[in-house]
Formats: sequence, structure tokens, C-alpha cells
Amino acid sequence: MTATREVTRRDFVRVTVTAGVGLTLAFYLPGCSPRDKGGKTAAGGGDEFAPNAFLRIGPDGSVTVISKHLEMGQGCYTGLATIVAEELDADWRTVKVEGAPADAKRYNNLQWGESQGTGGSSAIANSYEQLRKAGATARALLVAAAAADWNVAAGEIEVENGVVRHAGSGRQAGFGELIAKAAAITPPAEVTLKDPRTFRYIGRTEPLPRTDVPDKVRGTATFTQDVQLEGMLTALVAHPPLYGATVRSVDPAKAKAVPGVVDVVRIPTGVAVLAKSFWAAKKGRDALQVDWDTSTAVQVGSAELTAQYLDLAGKPGVVARTVGNAEAAIAGAAKTVEATYEFPFLAHAALEPMNCVVRLGRGSCEIWNGEQMQTGDQAALAALLGLKPEQVTLHMLYAGGSFGRRANPNSDYLLEAANIAKAIDGRAPVKLVWTREDDMRAGYFRPAYVHRVRAGLDATGKPVGWSQRIVGQSILSGTPFEAWAVKDGIDGTSVEGVVDLPYTVPALHVELHTTKPGVPVQWWRSVGHTHTGYATEVFIDELAAAARQDPVAFRRGLLAGQPRHLGVLELAAEKSGWGTPLPPGQARGIAVHKSFDSYVAEVAEISLRQDGSVRVHRVVCAVDCGVAVNPDIITSQMEGGIAFGLGAALYGEITLDRGVVEQTNFDRYRTLRLPEMPVVEVHIVPSAEPPTGVGEPGVPPIGPAVANAVFALTGRPVRKLPIRVERATA
Amino acid sequence: MITLNVNGKALQADVEPDTPLLWALRDGLGLTGTKFGCGMAQCGACTVHLDGEPIRSCVTPVSSVGDRKITTIEGLSADGTHPVQQAWVAEQVPQCGYCQSGQIMSAAALLARTPNPSDEQIDQAMAGNLCRCGTYQRIRQAVHTAAGNGGAR
Repeated sequence: MTATREVTRRDFVRVTVTAGVGLTLAFYLPGCSPRDKGGKTAAGGGDEFAPNAFLRIGPDGSVTVISKHLEMGQGCYTGLATIVAEELDADWRTVKVEGAPADAKRYNNLQWGESQGTGGSSAIANSYEQLRKAGATARALLVAAAAADWNVAAGEIEVENGVVRHAGSGRQAGFGELIAKAAAITPPAEVTLKDPRTFRYIGRTEPLPRTDVPDKVRGTATFTQDVQLEGMLTALVAHPPLYGATVRSVDPAKAKAVPGVVDVVRIPTGVAVLAKSFWAAKKGRDALQVDWDTSTAVQVGSAELTAQYLDLAGKPGVVARTVGNAEAAIAGAAKTVEATYEFPFLAHAALEPMNCVVRLGRGSCEIWNGEQMQTGDQAALAALLGLKPEQVTLHMLYAGGSFGRRANPNSDYLLEAANIAKAIDGRAPVKLVWTREDDMRAGYFRPAYVHRVRAGLDATGKPVGWSQRIVGQSILSGTPFEAWAVKDGIDGTSVEGVVDLPYTVPALHVELHTTKPGVPVQWWRSVGHTHTGYATEVFIDELAAAARQDPVAFRRGLLAGQPRHLGVLELAAEKSGWGTPLPPGQARGIAVHKSFDSYVAEVAEISLRQDGSVRVHRVVCAVDCGVAVNPDIITSQMEGGIAFGLGAALYGEITLDRGVVEQTNFDRYRTLRLPEMPVVEVHIVPSAEPPTGVGEPGVPPIGPAVANAVFALTGRPVRKLPIRVERATA
Repeated sequence: MITLNVNGKALQADVEPDTPLLWALRDGLGLTGTKFGCGMAQCGACTVHLDGEPIRSCVTPVSSVGDRKITTIEGLSADGTHPVQQAWVAEQVPQCGYCQSGQIMSAAALLARTPNPSDEQIDQAMAGNLCRCGTYQRIRQAVHTAAGNGGAR
């Protein structure tokens, strides 16, 4: 990696000073329509530019970093601020973070084109260069201001911890003292970024304190649930008992008789009860009488669906990828292995149930939300309300978890809230609160899937052909993302992780059956990799067993062209003591999987309890995510991803009985609890590659690592999730 | 109107007697640090202290509280300096943070009773507090850190 990078002449800076706000740096990026508000524009090329503001420096020297991404626990507020603070040489103790407004031109996700949103583990990856330039340009202006003021050469000035200093003259100043002068200086057309070897914050092993932690340990962090507006009403919605059911009739009398209930209104997704408090709204909803028309509703059961999927797995599907002739290779192989894997629906179950506050005005809509998909949500709300997208203001608050759920391609709960506000003609702000039951019944699950995998091995145990058929719902068909994600009948998120199988196999064939049972589905932390990572990594262990080889050695032999897969595999194996003895009754399993351009290997050590349930003692994780911006946050995301994925692998399952969701709260939808948390050790591969994501990639390997450990212990592969081990009789 | 003894003050909440304490605190008194997660004592996000004991306020009718002392996250310390809060900062525990008020209240109650808890005692005391972000390893460490720093304050 080059030590320094030049910012091109096409990046320009506008500087303004407003009373009480300080120095605002706004970047002009090429190729967008001009929305200049009086600043300088580009000198060359005749390009059009749009402002793009990422930081402010106050008169007190404090630095406010503007985050275009949602903080939902993954640590992006801290990560993005780290990048700015590094190039700015700010004093970390003075750095604050503020959520950006919705503006696809200034705050778009650079991996998504002109669209703002948080997802795909992309916050750091897409912002790294952008924010380095933002910080470096601000620093250059402060240095130029000091140089002019002190009449010294800019090159002799140093900046450290928010202090600008000239050794020769002994002069020094804080950022705040320089902002007025810095604002008067023509911004440099080019800035030099730091040599990564001189980084003080990026890559720092001693944790850089998260900016959100102080408020989160005092109970003062504001989540959507905590928003209180003058005159606000709380709304609960009576939702249909089945997907696709509709309201036949409503008798609101008993609901309206509940003290505190203000109104009952019909909306497209059910019947809303508006009240002065949550409890009144809840009692009102309990008292409400609704007659539902279920004649067109989804009434399928999980058992039927599984049977259909297993049947389809035996029939040809749409070809997603083919290399060589896998069928012929398997037919002619010395040994063949076949396995079918079953995956249930999974709920996101973020601890803060979905909720939203909406206030309608004349020609305006204001939303308070753990806002994850600004551009799509703005468009959907604008269309519903007859507004222009820019008339929809989105206040991005902390989200109490999301795991993908708040990035709903249909803007489901936002539109529900707006429909309620619209139904009362906007006469009061509305807080829509979903109870846990509303949240879990609403669907948008990780889809259920079946994978049928077949492979042939030659006489030496090398795979000669691999054929995989995937059966399940498309996450993105029928959504605004369809054109982007679905090509020739293949939703890329259904097959990711299989079509790019990293192992050396001369012939690969992948087919997909896209089913349409009518159950709402959505991306769930690590998306397609949640099932493809499991199926491929458990199958590899089955092949290793058939080849009578050690699982690590077998993978090593098939990853010759994949240095980063190999790197994490070897690191996890080494740090876990792979191959060394364990106490009786314990076994190890390994899995390696790439997702969102990051590479993760995990080794799980397990034993079985008397009742056959799996106890995971220790997990050793190796991650290669390029430059490690915040090692402690990377570590926490691996710890959290492992806990999230482990809970799903051991317990996670949503089932339907004639269309009715059978798990509606944490009593029946089990997730991991503290006593079940293994000791997790995280090792980060040193790297100078561009940084990639960490929010999701820790999830996919844990299920297969645990399953492979069960296989090692019992000799029986785990082909159905959640993991249930039939205890071997002694 | 119901009078509640919250964080050392007598406060008046205009709520119905069957209202869960959680909603009396949040909607009635504007104390929003205590969170709603499940409504059936399954997740622990609503944990507060009643005379020092951790309870799930989402299933505790406000009429049953009487004049017992309620402590919420807002009242655990004036400035975030309770040893448990400091340990949570030292170990960088929170991710999304939504469960952490409840986690901290459960941990503070544990340490008040058991100043030096074993892992098994931590398991038992903290099993009722869900964290979907999976911060459990750091919670466990932070409880030990707080214990070492006089967490029983």
C-alpha cells in the first residue's frame, strides 16, 4: 500500500464560519448537480459539484464529526470519527459525533451510488478515503492559518492532539483559536494523507473509547422509543393474524371507552389505537374488536414448506453458475458424498422493537427513527404523503439493534406510522410502538432454505465436481432493489457464498429454486451467507471425512489460490491449538468464510450436556478486514457476531402453523443468554489492504464451526438447524 | 395520581393503577433510561431496583409498589460514576446500548449482595438480561472489574 495519497484537484473545499457553529468544511465531489450555496467551485474541468459536509470545529476547539451512517451498535460513529480525528490530529477527548440528515447527494453510501443508507458492513469501507480527505483538508487549513498568523513556513508546523505548534518560534494554538483565520483561506486543491506508519488512532491497540458509551451507561442515549414531543400520541396497531388478511369490520367502542384512548383509525396494515400513553393504547388495542377476512391470507405451515423445498431440491432449478461439467465429474468419481441441509426462518429480534415517531406539517413530514435507509425511506414516505423527498426530514437516532431489520426495502413500519398520522390529518405527532409480539409476527424473516449438495472425490480424496441446489425465497424480488439484485431470475443474495466458492474444484454447478410462499422475508445479519456459509462449510467437513483427512489440512489443500482465506484459517488453527488434545468429551470444529470482503475463520470447542444440548466452551476467531481502524471494535463485532450466530445455530427458529407465527416473544424464540456465552478470543490479521466490514462477517462461520465440532465428536453431521443432537446411547 | 419514591424523590405519576411500573416511569415521569423490550419479564431491559432488589418493571403494576424505594439507571449515580458504570466504560461493554440500563441495574444489585461474585453467580444473576448484540463476554468481565473496584457501593 502506498504510504501517502494525493487528493485529486477535483476535490474542493468550501469553508464557512457561522456564529456559534465554527468551521464547517464542505466537500465538492464531481459528477453531481450543483447545489452550491455561495462557496467556491471547481477551477478545472467544468464539472458540477455538490457539498458534502463531514465535520465542524467549534470555537472551543471541539470537533463534531457528522456520521452519514446509523449507529446501531456496530461502532460506526466511533469508527468514522477515528478516521477524521486521525488525519486532523484531533484530541480524541474533544471529538463528538452527530447523525447526518438525509441527503443522498452529500451523504450517499459510496458503494451504493446516489443512495444513502447503512448496510452490507460498508460504513468504514466506503468512508475511509472520503473521511481521511475530510480530516486532512481541515488540518491543512488550520496549519495554513497558523503559518500565516505566525509568519512561519507551514512545513515547520506540527499538529498533535488538537494543538497546532511551531517548534522554532515556540508558538502554539488550539483549533478553536485558528478557525476564523482558517475560514478565510482558499482551501488547498490537494492534500497529502498521512503515512499509515504515523497513525496515532487508526489501528491503536489500546481501545479508543467509543463516543456513544458514556450516554449508554447512564441511560441518557436517545433511542426512538425515548422521543417525547409536545402533544404526541402513542399508537399501537391491531395487525392481521395472518399475512395477507384484511379488516372486514371494526367495532371501536370498547377501545374508545378505555381512559386515555383518543382515537381508533383504519390503516392499510390494520387498525390503529391512538392514546395518551403506551399503556392506554395497549389496553385499547386489547379491547378492540376486529373481524378479519382471512380468505386470501397465507395459511402455509412450516412442515409443508419444508416438504415442498425438499421436493424441489430434487428437481432442476435455474442455473446460477456453472464451471466445467460437475455432473459428469461426480458420475465418474471414485467416491461421492451427498447431503441436504435445512434452515428455518429467523427473526431479527432487535432488543428495541420497531418503532417510529412522525410529525406531519403543511408540506412536510418529520420522522424520528433508527434510520438505516434514508433514500429509500424518503422516497416511500414522500410517495405516500404526496410530498417531494426533500420535504421528508429524517432524524437519525441511535438504534437499539437492527441486524438488517430497520433497512426494510418496503419501509414497512415507517409507512405504517405515516399512515396513522395521515389518518388523523396530522393533528398530533404520533409514536408508533410495536410490542415484541408485533415485531416478531411482522415477519421479514431470514428466509427458510434447503440446500442439496453433491460432490465427487477422486481416489486421492480431491474434489472433482461440486453441485449445489438452493431452494428458498428471494429477499429482494418485488422490492425497489429488484433491478439491482435480481439478474436472470437469480437473486444474488440467495446464492452468495456458493457461486464464489473459494475451494479449488474443477467443476462447479449451482442452481436455485426461488419459492414464493408469501411470508415476508428480509436480509438478516450477513444475509445469504447465513445459510450458504453453513452449507458449504459443513459439507467441506463431510468431504474431509470421506477423504479421511483432517478438516484444516483438507481446506488448506483446496485454498492454494486464496491467500486471505488461508491466512485466517492458519491463524485460527494455530491460536486454537488445532490438533492438540482436549479433555474427554470435547471436540473442535472449524469454519472459514468470506463475506462483505472480510475473511473470518472460527474454531469452536464443544461438549454435549446430558440432555444432548451443545455447550460451546471457547471460540477462537481470526479476522482479516484489511486495515484495522479500531481493533477493539473489530474484536467486539466478532464477539457479538459469534453470540448472535451461535444463538441462531443453537436455538433460532420461527415456525408457522397454518400461517400463524408460533414464536412471538423471547419465551419461545430463544436467543443466546449470558451463561451460554463461550470464551471468545479474537485475532486480527495485520493488513495494509483497504478496510472492509466487520458488522456481519463474524456471523457465518460460527454455526458451521459448532456443527463441525459436533460432527467430530459424534460422527454424525448436523444437517438441520437449529442444531439438535440425538444423544448417542452408550 | 400515584406517588412513587423514585431515586430518592417523591414523584407524582398520572397513571392508572394497573399500569406497569415501566410505563409509569417512562410515560408518566419521563424517565426513559429504563427500556421496553418484551413486556413479559423475558429480556430484562426494564430492570430497576425495588428496595435494592432487581425487578422487571414491565410486569410490576404500579399499584403494587407502594412507598418502596425505586432506583432507576438515572438514580444509580448522579454522574455515571457508580463502579458498575465505570467498569462498563472501562471494558467498553455497550454496542447498541438498548439493554445496558437493565444489565447495569442487574449487575449493581448482584454486587450489592455479593461483592465478589464467581462466574456461576454472575451467570445466575445475569441470565435474565438479554443482549442481542452479544456483549456478554464484556459484561462478565466488567462485573469482575467492578467487583475489584468496590462495586458493592
